[in-house]
Amino acid sequence: MKCQQCNKTATFHITELTKGKPQELHLCEEHARHYLTQSEEEPAVAPSLAGVLAHQLAVGQTAEELAKLDQRSCPVCGITFYEFRNQGRLGCPHDYVCFASELEPLIVNIHGETEHVGKRPAKYADGTEQRTQLIRLKREMQEAITEENYERASKLRDEIRSIEEASPKKKK
Amino acid sequence: MDLNELVQTSGEWLRGSGPESDIVISSRIRLARNLAEFPFISRASQADRTEIETLLRDRILQIQESGELEYVNVNELKGLDRQFLVERQLISREHADSEGARGVAIDRAEQVSLMINEEDHLRIQVMHSGLDLQTAWEQIDRIDTLIADQVTFAFHPKLGYLTACPTNVGTGVRVSVMLHLPALVLTRQIDKVFRSLQKISLAVRGLYGEGSQAMGDFYQISNQITLGKSEIDLVKQVGDIVPVLIEYERRARDFLVRESHENLHDKVSRAYGILRTAQQISSEETMHLLSSVRMGVNLGLITDLQIPTLNELFIHTQPAHLQKLRGIELDTADRNIERARYLRRHLNKEDGDGKN
Repeated sequence: MKCQQCNKTATFHITELTKGKPQELHLCEEHARHYLTQSEEEPAVAPSLAGVLAHQLAVGQTAEELAKLDQRSCPVCGITFYEFRNQGRLGCPHDYVCFASELEPLIVNIHGETEHVGKRPAKYADGTEQRTQLIRLKREMQEAITEENYERASKLRDEIRSIEEASPKKKK
Repeated sequence: MDLNELVQTSGEWLRGSGPESDIVISSRIRLARNLAEFPFISRASQADRTEIETLLRDRILQIQESGELEYVNVNELKGLDRQFLVERQLISREHADSEGARGVAIDRAEQVSLMINEEDHLRIQVMHSGLDLQTAWEQIDRIDTLIADQVTFAFHPKLGYLTACPTNVGTGVRVSVMLHLPALVLTRQIDKVFRSLQKISLAVRGLYGEGSQAMGDFYQISNQITLGKSEIDLVKQVGDIVPVLIEYERRARDFLVRESHENLHDKVSRAYGILRTAQQISSEETMHLLSSVRMGVNLGLITDLQIPTLNELFIHTQPAHLQKLRGIELDTADRNIERARYLRRHLNKEDGDGKN
């Protein structure tokens, strides 16, 4: 059998189902390749984080609001929302708390869900937010020592100790 | 760990056994975890990174699971050795290329690797040959639980495990299967297949993960979503699609054998011929030709070669492996000559089974 589009031997026999009607095609390798690749649109690219963010922020926010949001920073690690937007990486676990309302639409966009339903650690199943505060407390204690504010430093040290020694809540 | 001992073998992911191993190369699961009391890597100071590394290394090396773990200080490795671990799929390219305190704990069988200070503080990976997601999940679940007893992973009651990038939040799990799909590529159906996978939120990547090309017709299929589904469901989501893809690939192979037997046999034989006689050959061309030969072996068109031998050639002809095997560093031109020599030596043996 000859290729329907040239004189070479047809080596590809394709049956297309268009609207439930089978259509037979007999093509040589070259024309088969051409046929199979022509109708295909560009492969759908999975939404990138930057793309999703840009889109999300462009909707319903004035430049002024955006600038204000960009300047907000996390009290624990100090990352600004602008820095996160730029790098696509968060600075510490507390960012999920302090940027919660900004992150939620992004998370919905990526995952289509907002609640974890999988594995939970045996200890700290109620969350580890308190332990993440250790990052801030330790930094503040260092600052207090540098400023020779020993009263404040010792208060912070006690606070750090109480968190470090607190026995984790067990999973119910 | 002495990396030179690993050089002689082909590692777990190319062992070439396990269920459906003619098409499914390997099954891999990874978990992203962070310590609650440290900033994520992008905001961590050098001191933080060192502290994280020391803490995690000590705890990880204590756990008793899947044989003894050995620690490799990636920061102190030479570039060639880091590249070697990437080719081996024991560390990610990002981990190899980044800077500062970081390392990886690996078990002898090369099924388990625990990367410290990658994008997250800890990336646990379990890899099994062939289609074996369920056992891989059970193993990584046990390892994760053992480590979680020793440290405090950042966890949010509603959002789950907290990760540096929101794309991993929740379970932090990435379930992936590496497939060899030469017939789907040859019959130009591969893009169609991938578009339908993307519609059901599965990602398709090349051999070495994100952004890498699909060298040698190897593709990784993995879950895109990590939140709102349990780990078991995510394992199932990827696991359920694999038999469908295997069926497509087999059908495409049958089609080629039936409709285009001479072309196929010719293509496979030429590929084999070039690999056995070339005097210089690039890594890319080698992968491409080995892929044809691999399919030829699976279809019985080549009978004097075994799949494990072929898999070994796939890994041993990669740039870092080639140089480690030769024992010296080589530039691209010299590597191409050495690669051709290596292939000739291993493909022209009398017994053909490649066993030493």
